[in-house]
Amino acid sequence: MDRRQFLKTSVAGAAASVAGVTAPAVWSPAKAQSRAETLLIVSESGPNNLDIHGVGTNVPGYEASWNCYDRLITHGMKTLPNGVAYYDRDNIIPELAEDMNPGDMSVTFKLRKDAVFQDGTPVTAKDAKWSLDRAVSVGGFPTFQMKAGSLEKPEQFVIVDDRTVRVDFLRKDRLTVPDLAVIVPCIVNSELVKKNAGANDPWGLDYTKQNTAGSGAYRVTKWTPGTEVVFERNELWKAGPLPKIRRVIWRMVPSAGNRRALLERGDADVSYDLPNKDFAELKNSPKLNIVSTPYSNGIQYIGMNVTKPPFDNPKVRQAVAYALPYQKIMDAVLFGLAKPMFGAPADAPTQVAWPQPHKYNTDIDKAKQLLAEAGHANGFETTISFDLGFAVVNEPLCILVQESLQQIGIKTTINKIPGANWRTELNKKEMPLFTNVFSGWLDYPEYFFFWCYDGQNSVFNTMSYKSPEIDTLIAGARAAAADGDTATYDKDVKGFVDLAFRDIPRIPLFQPFVNVAMQKNISGYQYWFHRRLDYRALVKS
Amino acid sequence: MVKTLVDRLLTTIPALIGVVVISFLLTRVLPGDTASYFAGPAATPQAIAEVRKQLGLDKSLPEQFLRYVGDLAHGHLGQSLTTGQSVVSDLASRLPASAELTLFGLFLALVIAIPLGVAAAVRQGSWIDHACRIIATAGVSLPVFFTGLILVYVFYFVLQWAPAPLGRLDVFASAPPTVTGFYLIDSLIAGDLETFRAALAQILVPGITLAIFSLAPIARITRASMLSVLSSEFVRTARASGLGPRTVIVTYALRNALLPVVTTLGMVFSFLLGANVLVEKVFAWPGVGSYAVEALIASDFAPVQGFVLAMAILYVALNLIIDLAYGLIDPRVRSSS
Repeated sequence: MDRRQFLKTSVAGAAASVAGVTAPAVWSPAKAQSRAETLLIVSESGPNNLDIHGVGTNVPGYEASWNCYDRLITHGMKTLPNGVAYYDRDNIIPELAEDMNPGDMSVTFKLRKDAVFQDGTPVTAKDAKWSLDRAVSVGGFPTFQMKAGSLEKPEQFVIVDDRTVRVDFLRKDRLTVPDLAVIVPCIVNSELVKKNAGANDPWGLDYTKQNTAGSGAYRVTKWTPGTEVVFERNELWKAGPLPKIRRVIWRMVPSAGNRRALLERGDADVSYDLPNKDFAELKNSPKLNIVSTPYSNGIQYIGMNVTKPPFDNPKVRQAVAYALPYQKIMDAVLFGLAKPMFGAPADAPTQVAWPQPHKYNTDIDKAKQLLAEAGHANGFETTISFDLGFAVVNEPLCILVQESLQQIGIKTTINKIPGANWRTELNKKEMPLFTNVFSGWLDYPEYFFFWCYDGQNSVFNTMSYKSPEIDTLIAGARAAAADGDTATYDKDVKGFVDLAFRDIPRIPLFQPFVNVAMQKNISGYQYWFHRRLDYRALVKS
Repeated sequence: MVKTLVDRLLTTIPALIGVVVISFLLTRVLPGDTASYFAGPAATPQAIAEVRKQLGLDKSLPEQFLRYVGDLAHGHLGQSLTTGQSVVSDLASRLPASAELTLFGLFLALVIAIPLGVAAAVRQGSWIDHACRIIATAGVSLPVFFTGLILVYVFYFVLQWAPAPLGRLDVFASAPPTVTGFYLIDSLIAGDLETFRAALAQILVPGITLAIFSLAPIARITRASMLSVLSSEFVRTARASGLGPRTVIVTYALRNALLPVVTTLGMVFSFLLGANVLVEKVFAWPGVGSYAVEALIASDFAPVQGFVLAMAILYVALNLIIDLAYGLIDPRVRSSS
């Protein structure tokens, strides 16, 4: 081979490969048609199980369950001032039930006459009871979530007749009915699942892991774990108007940069987990619609372990609360995409609401003074921990906190904990200083406080905070809510909010936003308490 | 020949046993608790204990190991918790994707690197030699995820030549019937040229990314080995006998220079499988590398063990093939063994 020969062949080769690259993706007319009725969603990770009752179903799995199964009841929608449709906590409407009849110690549901499962068999009271029994019996997260609404035993679910099912209350609890509208109490095709259940698997969890067996508006027709999920519309759906989108393709694209490129090029229709910086930049893009909604009942906070010095001293905790760089975090970490939970005016009255901002602001002199009063005038050393799984927010946040605490003499070392290990560390309750997020599906102040501040010391009371006074107030508010005693309820809620801010075992920073980026031709986005997409209302024009 | 093969296979058994034991132990000493990860965001200690029991993680280590080995003997690699599928089916569906990408990348690299290396050796000190050096240096020093992102930006985002980086096929195309698991080959077998073109368009940019990365060692080794062969006496004799430059370089010199190149190829292939992890992430390629990394992040033991085992078997097979290829390329190796 001489040089001339070599050059000739290599140039020809290069030309051939360029020709291969340039071949444009031409849609045949049939493809263009199907594309108009198909929604392409890209996100970082996908489901590991299509059934929320399964062992260890991950959060993307909730989205599959929500869209493929119906519940007896659901929430109506309201419109926020910015035009976003938002689920209405107080407006519970029938879904599979056509009628809901609440009594004093029970609630009775009448099922829709025409409702059928995706295989065409009618939905009966037997299916409803079997499904609710399943939710309280399988253990793990679904059973825990049912318990949150005092739904604990199969005996509570009674078949009255073929189309009527009654739920008996164990105790009066305001959360029982809303808890029947979350994702977990979905109604499953009991005959189909029992037929396919293995001998060691009475609830057929292995079958529903791979197959959707519900009456919902969509069913999964193809699932390649870690790659894509394909949903097809269920033409037999009766619990609402037939959705506009015929097919949903949900692709997993791990690289955030590529998700953004797909959106900007117009190849993907919807994506909802991009870094805040990308969303902040895309907001100004004329090509896309960005919807930002604060997490309902969710807060990112700085927690302090109150069982060990120095954070057992309320003055030290207040000093930290005055030393945090709140506004810097809002600007530099979140690019403004969060709702501040700090700096309420000094004379603002406490609201009967949660989340609400506290009155601390960055005030280094005051922090120094409080620290001196606590006997730590020269500061101390400690570590601040965060979950690497959410490093995009947590890491810069902790660095800013570190810098700020340095100014009042508190030297912190940053401890990065891998995602798989984070829950284990939280459960040990030994980290002195950390940042974390808590958000509850049920949007009630007493629900938040029961899990996060109550002396029963649940896993979410990450500070190990114990105060008999707050326990009394939380119990009071729960009882008052169940009885409908508004005056006592308001007094107790204000009481525990005030106490939580005065004792400040955890310092709320901000309410994170759910950011969804869509093409301009996509409409009908709804915010739900579970923060996943509801395909039923989406429209592509 | 058969005896060599059997001997070689026997020596791999202790290595595989070692891999099984070590991968089991390593995944167990990793920090992180599978049960609390999978018990969900709202887990109480009781809920975590329940999940742990369901997963069999409450048993002692030797007991877990015995169960694992027993399952292995039956061909079960366990269940993945992150995908919810059995590890065997996950690997079976993902290994062809990784292998197709790696082999394609390697093929591109070979097609470019060997002529480049040969040309650089023949025209030592010329512009093509310098070009070879520059390309090689650039190739090694650019991390694959970076090249990948740059290529996506240029060819997909700016120039709009390449299709969306969405894995092996466009969203609206369907996969060809599975024969080999390689879409390029399967679509040709099915005679479906449209799918073939779609699959080729998808694999081209990630393939080029891998090729850029693996070009360097192959080109450099080809050049070095060609240089030493070209200065040897039989080449001088061949030239003196009046053979044309093409015969001398391709037939005489290149065949003798290939031995170290094949060795390097084995090494390059093994680190390409590693580099794949990042390329798979960038191009949403449904391969084994990204699968193992996701499992590792979630401390999901079974897929990690299955991945390590599959890779170990692959390396063993690869080394065997390379050893056999030596014999084909160079008769001296055959006779000495």
